[in-house]
Amino acid sequence: MGRKILFITTDQQRYDALGCNGGMIARTPTIDALSKNGITFDRAHPQNVVCMPSRSTMLTGQHVATHGVWMNGVPLPEDAPSIAADLRATGYATALIGKAHFEPLLDPFLRFTENRMGAHRSTNENPNDPHRGFDHMELATHGAAGALHYSQWIRDNHPEAVLNYYRVLDNELQVNAEGGGDTKAPQVHVNPIPTEWYHTEWVAQRTIAWLESLPADRDWFCWMSFPDPHHPWDPPASEMHRVRWQDLDLPENYIANSTTREAVLDDKLRHWRGWYDGTFVSNYEAPARWVPATLTQDQVREVNAYTHVENELIDEAIAKVMGAIESRGWGNDLDVLYTTDHGEFQGDFGLLFKGPYHVDSLMRLPLIWRPAPSANIAPARVSAPVGHVSLAATFAHIAGIAQPSYVEAPRLPIHQAEAEQLGHERVLTEWDSVLFGKIVHLRTICRDNWVCTAALDGTMSKAGEGELYDLAHDPLQHVNRWDDPSIRTLRDDLLADMWDNLPSQNLPLRSMDAPV
Amino acid sequence: MGTVRRYGFVECDADTVWAFVGAPERLHEWFPITSCRVEGNKRWIVLAAGITFEEDIVTLDHDLRRFQYKIVNNPLITFHLGTVDVIPDGPNRCLLMYSTDMDPEVLALPIGGAAGVGIAKVKEMFDRK
Repeated sequence: MGRKILFITTDQQRYDALGCNGGMIARTPTIDALSKNGITFDRAHPQNVVCMPSRSTMLTGQHVATHGVWMNGVPLPEDAPSIAADLRATGYATALIGKAHFEPLLDPFLRFTENRMGAHRSTNENPNDPHRGFDHMELATHGAAGALHYSQWIRDNHPEAVLNYYRVLDNELQVNAEGGGDTKAPQVHVNPIPTEWYHTEWVAQRTIAWLESLPADRDWFCWMSFPDPHHPWDPPASEMHRVRWQDLDLPENYIANSTTREAVLDDKLRHWRGWYDGTFVSNYEAPARWVPATLTQDQVREVNAYTHVENELIDEAIAKVMGAIESRGWGNDLDVLYTTDHGEFQGDFGLLFKGPYHVDSLMRLPLIWRPAPSANIAPARVSAPVGHVSLAATFAHIAGIAQPSYVEAPRLPIHQAEAEQLGHERVLTEWDSVLFGKIVHLRTICRDNWVCTAALDGTMSKAGEGELYDLAHDPLQHVNRWDDPSIRTLRDDLLADMWDNLPSQNLPLRSMDAPV
Repeated sequence: MGTVRRYGFVECDADTVWAFVGAPERLHEWFPITSCRVEGNKRWIVLAAGITFEEDIVTLDHDLRRFQYKIVNNPLITFHLGTVDVIPDGPNRCLLMYSTDMDPEVLALPIGGAAGVGIAKVKEMFDRK
């Protein structure tokens, strides 16, 4: 028997959400234990800060320029490389349970397999050649709407709970700006759903059910993918006693003085201020009719309280799955990898949600690898820059198979010295959005404690503009040093290194077939 | 307003391609829908998700090789105009173009995606090898 792999992802979770990364509010003892016994990466970035491109990188081991899923709504081709398919080919049973999102969710034509499988209540359309290499797919997204399996399950079994969830889209199919809770914060909603019907619990229970279906001697790879803590923020109301928003401090990077906040935003690429003022909506990730400049301190607190509760529920769900795995006798041979697809502002800079903003709020992510105890790998913290692009090679390494030729980065290291040996010197992130003529293109490198973002020609920026932050002395990224002549050589070196290492982008960009 | 355009060159004469895509009752043979029905200047199409669109045929011009239609009587869709053009590009080649303008703007994207599938299907059927 070989090592089993449990790959856990959340959606839109910050690095500091977890106790092991300094989080002080949400109690995450299960994830903290993975960190304590594993390798915790303190500078892990996604290769894109929205869902579909980022998840496509996890599956393919490729940068966005290569796999071509440059924005939500651009489907990953059915024949794209998949590490799940390679693991399956070596004998692993494979499953993806929860949020996949390699294909658009808004799909009235049911063109895409994920939605079609949900609509048909199928977990595998083609057992001989399963979709993306997963023997079993049971899928969910952020609520009860749509065609995916969780939506079908709750409609079938608890139809009275369907309308308990926040309505993600408004009557004009825009991301809903309606506020709720005590403060009327956007996308906050009091959800009377029982915890056992909530999608976090459903993901855990479906994962346990799949694991229980396997013979004891079978190796397996299970991607357990929680839709939370992505907005809407509508966890079960019965759990909200855990964190009172009135008791929370404001986040460290919430700039309370509006004059100072706006000066910080004005120092960045112009689309930041455009979004803040509500004049430039570049993508479909946040409510177009909500103006961030109206965000109040209490709304920031309440959004954070709901998020902390969702993070606690995720931790407890993971504990149940880990218990089920132990009870099967697999614990000693189990590798667990934990990460998220991208971050969330949660009030940083007076903003919520996400978009073309390449700062730690959205780019610095939790990433933990708890190797199988039988592998006898010592716990460590790694500060070298790493990315999701290394996950596929890591799964191959754990399974003892050769690194697939299609992956574009080495596996994750097990300690700091090995990071250098493997060549983890930099991590790259791309952004492209062209939604109805509003164009933003960004390319970012993080290395040597600097984050350098180059804008390409777009609606509000032109090539030659950018952002440069010194993470060592300006960890909140308030001071944009792009135009600082004293570090011009450093900036140029970072840019040269970025262009040397970023794969060339296949043009024209593939078509965007849905907003999300 | 959401506006999308998809197109493809078909290696076939424009009259032959138009005879197919300019027949409103044959939409289901190339567009990813499950069925369609035409009565006079009305058309009803059914999507795989079970949604039915009622449409008014507003242009069917065999000289221009242009077909235009509107989705009507749908509480969600406040404006729509879809256009299919077949434009000759020499005696044995033509440009097949599908455009949609609509509100809510985001719905234009999946319709554009479906049009891309449809145009690929027409190429598969008519491209002379």
